[in-house]
Amino acid sequence: MEIVPSLVEDLRAQLAADRVRTEPIELSLYGHDASIVEGGHAAVVCFPLSTDEVRACVRVARAHGRPFTARGAGTGLAGGAVPLGDPVVIVTTKMNRILSIDADERVAWVEPGVINLDLTRALGQYGLHFAPDPSSQQACSIGGNVANNSGGPHCLAYGVTSAHVLAVEVVLPDGEVAVLGGLDPEPGGYDLRGVFVGSEGTMGIATRIAVRLTPNPPAVRTLLVDFLSIDDAAACVSAIIAGGLVPAALEMVTGPMIGAIEDFVHAGYPVDAAAVLLVEVDGLPSFVDDAVARVRDIAQTNGARTVRVAADENERQLLWKGRKSAFGAVARLAPDYYLHDTVVPRTRLVEVLRKVEEIARSHDLMVLNVFHAGDGNLHPLLAFDAREPGVLERVHEAGDQIVVASVEAGGVLSGEHGIGIEKRDLMPRLFSVDDLDAQARLRDAFDPDGAANPGKVLPKGSRCGELQRIPEGVWV
Amino acid sequence: MSDVLDALAAEIGDAGAVVAVGGRTQYEVGGAVDPAAREVRAPHGIVQHVPAEMTVRVRAGTTVADLDAELAAAGQCVALPSWTGATIGGVLAVGHSGLRRLGWGPVRDAVLEVRYVSAEGRVVKGGGPTVKNVSGYDVPRLFVGSLGTLGVIGEVVLRTRPISAFERWFAGEGVDPFVLLRRTYRPTSVLWDGTTTWMLLDGHPDDVDAQGRASGLSEIDPSTLPALPPHRWSLPPSELTNLPGDGHGAFVAEVGVGVVHRDAPQPRREVAEPIVELQRRIKDAFDPAGRFAPGRMP
Repeated sequence: MEIVPSLVEDLRAQLAADRVRTEPIELSLYGHDASIVEGGHAAVVCFPLSTDEVRACVRVARAHGRPFTARGAGTGLAGGAVPLGDPVVIVTTKMNRILSIDADERVAWVEPGVINLDLTRALGQYGLHFAPDPSSQQACSIGGNVANNSGGPHCLAYGVTSAHVLAVEVVLPDGEVAVLGGLDPEPGGYDLRGVFVGSEGTMGIATRIAVRLTPNPPAVRTLLVDFLSIDDAAACVSAIIAGGLVPAALEMVTGPMIGAIEDFVHAGYPVDAAAVLLVEVDGLPSFVDDAVARVRDIAQTNGARTVRVAADENERQLLWKGRKSAFGAVARLAPDYYLHDTVVPRTRLVEVLRKVEEIARSHDLMVLNVFHAGDGNLHPLLAFDAREPGVLERVHEAGDQIVVASVEAGGVLSGEHGIGIEKRDLMPRLFSVDDLDAQARLRDAFDPDGAANPGKVLPKGSRCGELQRIPEGVWV
Repeated sequence: MSDVLDALAAEIGDAGAVVAVGGRTQYEVGGAVDPAAREVRAPHGIVQHVPAEMTVRVRAGTTVADLDAELAAAGQCVALPSWTGATIGGVLAVGHSGLRRLGWGPVRDAVLEVRYVSAEGRVVKGGGPTVKNVSGYDVPRLFVGSLGTLGVIGEVVLRTRPISAFERWFAGEGVDPFVLLRRTYRPTSVLWDGTTTWMLLDGHPDDVDAQGRASGLSEIDPSTLPALPPHRWSLPPSELTNLPGDGHGAFVAEVGVGVVHRDAPQPRREVAEPIVELQRRIKDAFDPAGRFAPGRMP
């Protein structure tokens, strides 16, 4: 669809002209996010600075019969910010102020464009942090974390984003502004805050967020445990969880990924191991000492070859650097990768990992695994060279089969990346017609006209008589 | 597995006013239900508990106490208050937390999947069985605190947690509970009535002992904890400092949480118009004919 000049003029009347962009290169840039989803197109890209400006963007879009798509840092991996239906794209990156930090109350109000790690850095002087720590935390925004209900390694003990968001000021799809939730513990009414978190921009745009702050633990220890068999490593994960110990984080790296990380970071990961576990325990000193001893015992009982406890903070940071650099390390193996995200019951990790290997092999693809083992959250990474003809089709087919295998093992479609466009059409694998209808009703209650980020989360046909516009040629 | 839920759906049908009844421990919350509403009860029993998953699938009519008794064999419990006779479905529908919320988190964070009977008499699922899941909208959280006005909860998957191996209550006068909260690492509960401060610590005995001694409080027998006045206020935790002498009488406050137990009900709070409108649309979307718990407002 061509750009209607009056739409741009009306937006420029509300925002400074240089914050309403229509250059082809920008429209193309904002047609993508960090996913490999193609087919998005922005009609115009806006950079509001305030709640009022976000509201103005929504109202102008609506007056012109346009949908709108909110976007944070664009690090999403499921196509949630890929604009469908030629929407007005509303980018929140310039709304990046930390508005207040109340260290006593352990609450901060932030704008949606604040970068996750920047918030935690600003909190350091108070001995506090923001617990959700997605691997993209150096780049992703809190608004995006809210939209996707993001996770991260430390969500095992601390919970995902929803557990750390107390209230959200939202510009609703009709242009009204409301605060969902509250700083008090039982605000009353339906939990609109809980519904909004993870709604992937389909219920409005967060403009201010009250996040709960977590005290830094007095003691932290990190262990690197290596195994000659993935089965033993997975059994160790189950034994740790069943033993009543909830570590702060429990991550697994398998096979060639270990070598890729070691070549990249030189953190001393044992390159000949079949699997390594990164286990972190935190809390008060006696608990932590005891937990380290218990993890060591459980690991040795389950066939661990070596157990290395980081001696100091530098060594601990180095071990984590290895884990957090995994995706950068993949570049040494292949120029492109497709990162997947599913969850399986923790007791079925081995079975599903084997199935994933099999699927990759049958599609002639390399698979690497680095994932949140403690909560069963798999991240199979398919490495490939996009220049190879026909490879993308194989990557997508293998990806779909991995999701299906996870669901068949009693798992779910996504643990922390979201549904977006990527998994939208897989939703019926997990939900019945009645289940999807209930979700569609919930969405419609917020957005009766389907103006907010159309074409995401719910597949076509989720409700009766729907007219969801999904452009030809969109694929994932 | 779903036979009993199908039976519940058949009983609820697709017409007529219905109200779900649990243990009636908090039945009055949200207002009186039209007495013409037909009472239904969710089935009970534990469907599946795999200790290494730290989750349990349980029918909503099961009492929290029965569930905890079963889970205790594996050293686990659920982070739900276990008032005598309270059922899982009732506790979730009301959404009120117990005295350990500071350490355990709110009730809404304990629920992973919910299966309910809709106004059309269909069994509907929201969420999923794994500890981490962002597949689709968060229907389970919508149902927590909905007071049975959107559907009848039949079965849920809950997150479990390890039973604390060691816990102790401490109490004393003249200790500022707000300073105490800042100084103590993750207490499970801090209570205050304007004079006495109580604190619950759990964890490794040496840590509990060290933090307890540093607090200036003395260890007490939990049977001496204060009785809780009947009404429940919800305040931002920073406002609790204003409670003494606010003209509303005695209180027991959950410091760091903001729940305050008092003799008089909390004055009705103003709700912004867009919120009222969203609440109304959600109710209409799930229960267009107003079948569920007519008269009650969450």
